[in-house]
Amino acid sequence: MCREVWSASRPTRLPEGGTPLFALVLGFAAVAAVLPFVVRRLGTRVFYLAAVPPFAACIWALSNWSTVADGGAVVQDAEWVPSLGLTLGLRFDGFSFLMVGLVAGIGVLVFFYAGSYFHSGDPIMGKFSATLLVFSGSMFGLVLADNLLALFLFWELTSITSYLLIGTDDRKVAARSGALQALLITGGGGLAMLGGFILLGESAGTYSMSAILADPPSGTVVNWALVLVLLGALTKSAQVPFHSWLPRAMNAPTPVSAYLHSATMVKAGVYLVARFSPAFADVGPWRPIVVGAGLASMLLGGYRALRQTDIKLVLAYGTISQLGFMMVLFGVGTREATFAGCTLLIAHGIFKAALFMLVGVVDHQTHTRDLRLLDRLGARWPVVAATGAVVAASMAGLPPLLGFIAKEEALYSLEKTGAAWGWIVLVGVVIGSVLTVAYSARFVWGAFGPAEDALRDGPVPTAELVGPHAPVPSRAFIAPAVVLAVLTVAFGLFPAPADATVAHAFDALWGEYPERHLALWHGLKLALLLSGIAIGLGALMFVARRRVERLQARVPRLPSAQGGYDRGLKGLLEGADALTGVVQHGSLPIYLGVILTTLIALPAVPLLMDPEIPSLTFAASPMQALIGALMIVAALTAALARRRFAAVILVGTVGYGMAALFMVQGAPDLAITQLLIETLGIVIFVLVFRHLPANFERPKLRGSQAPRIAIAVAAAVFVFVMTLVAVGARTEEPISREYLERAAPEGGGNNVVNVIIVDFRGFDTVGEIFVLAIAAIGVAAIVGSRRRGPDDGGEVGIEGAPGGDPTGPDNGDAEPSDVGTMDQVLASNRPGRGVA
Amino acid sequence: MNRRSVILDACVRAEFHTLLLVSLYFLFAGHNQPGGGFAGGLVASCAFGLRFVAGGDREVRRAIDIAPPIVMGVGLLLAMITGLVPLALGDNLFESAIVEFAPPLIGKVKLTSVLFFDTGVYLVVVGMALMLLSQLGLADGSNPDSEHDEASPGAGPIDEVVR
Repeated sequence: MCREVWSASRPTRLPEGGTPLFALVLGFAAVAAVLPFVVRRLGTRVFYLAAVPPFAACIWALSNWSTVADGGAVVQDAEWVPSLGLTLGLRFDGFSFLMVGLVAGIGVLVFFYAGSYFHSGDPIMGKFSATLLVFSGSMFGLVLADNLLALFLFWELTSITSYLLIGTDDRKVAARSGALQALLITGGGGLAMLGGFILLGESAGTYSMSAILADPPSGTVVNWALVLVLLGALTKSAQVPFHSWLPRAMNAPTPVSAYLHSATMVKAGVYLVARFSPAFADVGPWRPIVVGAGLASMLLGGYRALRQTDIKLVLAYGTISQLGFMMVLFGVGTREATFAGCTLLIAHGIFKAALFMLVGVVDHQTHTRDLRLLDRLGARWPVVAATGAVVAASMAGLPPLLGFIAKEEALYSLEKTGAAWGWIVLVGVVIGSVLTVAYSARFVWGAFGPAEDALRDGPVPTAELVGPHAPVPSRAFIAPAVVLAVLTVAFGLFPAPADATVAHAFDALWGEYPERHLALWHGLKLALLLSGIAIGLGALMFVARRRVERLQARVPRLPSAQGGYDRGLKGLLEGADALTGVVQHGSLPIYLGVILTTLIALPAVPLLMDPEIPSLTFAASPMQALIGALMIVAALTAALARRRFAAVILVGTVGYGMAALFMVQGAPDLAITQLLIETLGIVIFVLVFRHLPANFERPKLRGSQAPRIAIAVAAAVFVFVMTLVAVGARTEEPISREYLERAAPEGGGNNVVNVIIVDFRGFDTVGEIFVLAIAAIGVAAIVGSRRRGPDDGGEVGIEGAPGGDPTGPDNGDAEPSDVGTMDQVLASNRPGRGVA
Repeated sequence: MNRRSVILDACVRAEFHTLLLVSLYFLFAGHNQPGGGFAGGLVASCAFGLRFVAGGDREVRRAIDIAPPIVMGVGLLLAMITGLVPLALGDNLFESAIVEFAPPLIGKVKLTSVLFFDTGVYLVVVGMALMLLSQLGLADGSNPDSEHDEASPGAGPIDEVVR
């Protein structure tokens, strides 16, 4: 196929000198780190500083146009985690150029827009601008990433920043729950996608996307991998049935909606489908899933948009619809459809970002987005209204705008699929376009026309209407939207720049140049006829909107995706609650019992089947025998001790005995560590014991101790046998020999134990000290919360108020949790370090 | 019960700095001799433990007036950074570097970059011990904010148990 030829013959240019690609991506993060510190001095101008990295990215992309125009790519690789095959491979080709244009170009405008959207002195500005810039950088990385795992990383970063940005106003419940919903749905999809990537990468033997697409693997596993990848793409792009998060994400400030939830992030799924489709469109489940979900989204989004009275939600459902449209085009996977899809990507990015910006202007100036209250804003704000009309017309697909050209290409491509299902899809898309025209008109009329009081049950009191008194927005505020409106007109009348961009994006996907060119006029063809029908019917639907509304109201309510999400989340939480109730009931003896029984039951069976006990020596020296005897006596006495304090001292004695054994065996390092741990352990035990009664509780029932004794003895025997067998079971060369040889030359130390801890296994040690810190914080938090708790009365009783009954039933239940945590802390120390 | 043992007090004060020195010795010598950041940190923890036994939380604060979470956090940060620096320099994660030089008077000195890592471990262990001492050691019902109340001299907490 041509793809393979292409990948071999096309030039790939490695950037000379320095690392501009990485530097660009990191530049976003670096500037973002600075923003919160300069926000006080700069005020709203902080957003102009934030616009610098995307602007630099634009300039860089344009300066590399020549490489892209030659059909080549700028490639840069860096090893990251070689053992996982994780290279941070960045690859800038024609399709990336298109996406970078959207991400960075619209990014610059959005930052300028945000500079007017916020008021100087708004306390969230520093955090907000930094997060938005981190998002921008993640999205930039996403469209450049060539390694699938790196792509996943950037993908998740956009999910997380989206979560933070939707929840910007964290005092609003709707913002918080909307943010969480977006994170859960896109994050869940992302997790599925990771699974898909791994299956795909393992089948192909490489995680490089360009290599996989050049030589696509096949098989059942690959089919499943593709389904998983699609789960990620469809959730990210808010496709049916995962679309419920997008309308709720509209609780975000409008710059976020304009940038993330219309122009860029939600296109990540479309981007992925676009990349994969040329290689996988004909493979198993790909086309039915993508086209089916896309078509359903296009129709459902359009239908729902007509029911909204909040103009931002009209656009949100419109976005679902348009994303569905793009999914259909890329999912069809023919050359013509890809060509149309690339055109629509540009067109949609431009008009939808502008529309959201205008919604923000309306909201900002009038404090409402309800189209039943917005009254004749157009008369007062002619420039805003004209801009809105132009971009909405582009969305509706009216000539001579870029949206019209894109729709023409789409209809043409679906006409040319040459398959029966192509015609069904074509009909669906035409119906979707009718709806698009209708909701575009609804948006313009609702925002800038007279108040739609007829859509209410009763007439609106004139006092509530806004419009005649709304303050006029500043020029800087509407300028970004005007720029986009000019672009959509300019690219419509002079499609050459858009044509060149689309042509090279197409080249990057298919490895050849498209036969078609963008133009307003292709002659009297079926596509033009269908466009006309869509516009006509859409206009009719708008004129007869009352009747349409009544009809919609009579349609029985479909089970909504939001309801499904709510029920699912509720079920999950309740399930987790029930499970926790069963598993974590708070009784230390039962925890210990379960742990020990598991320890005995699972490995004991194979152990007893085939015990290979090596020949034993009683003791290597009299000293060993003496220490051993001491330890045995101490251990037995500890088990019989009445007083907690005595028991701890005796257990400590066992530990000291162990240290003495290490000493005798010539392991001073272990001996020291063991001694110190024991000492500190006793001190901490003593501190804990101040909160406990001095004596162990006597068993309330005779015989209730029998199972405990049985478990204890069984565990002891098991550990004893296990140790014996383990010692004799060595079949491989011990690893210690290699460590001994390598310690001095490589680790630069003669103390092998220490070299292992800090050098050979340094990564493990980092994990361990983090566990240590987390355990300490956990203990502090539990103890602290008990002390500071509102109910202090019980605590004083435990401490041993002279008259109190220390073994009273009130105290007995509350204690074990503390001690349990304490034991975990010590346990996490002991085996880890004792062995090391 | 509310009394401090003078002998214990005096002994602990005398030992305390020696113990800290020993802990530092363990830390620095650890790469070649028995010891290391973990053992060193434990020795220092025991030193603070002794101060605690002698005079309670107030005594520990007199010895070190840094919040335990900060000690721990600095330690974690130090360990992480030591691990990440080689990555930034183009080496593998946690690759160690060895520098030898001979300053006047004390002769040849060999420094390995893992010393910083070990120091991080040391600080985490000390921070953990301080945190446990301050949290578990506070008498119940007492307000942590009133610790500096001079009217009630700290009782050795051990007394209460070994009563």
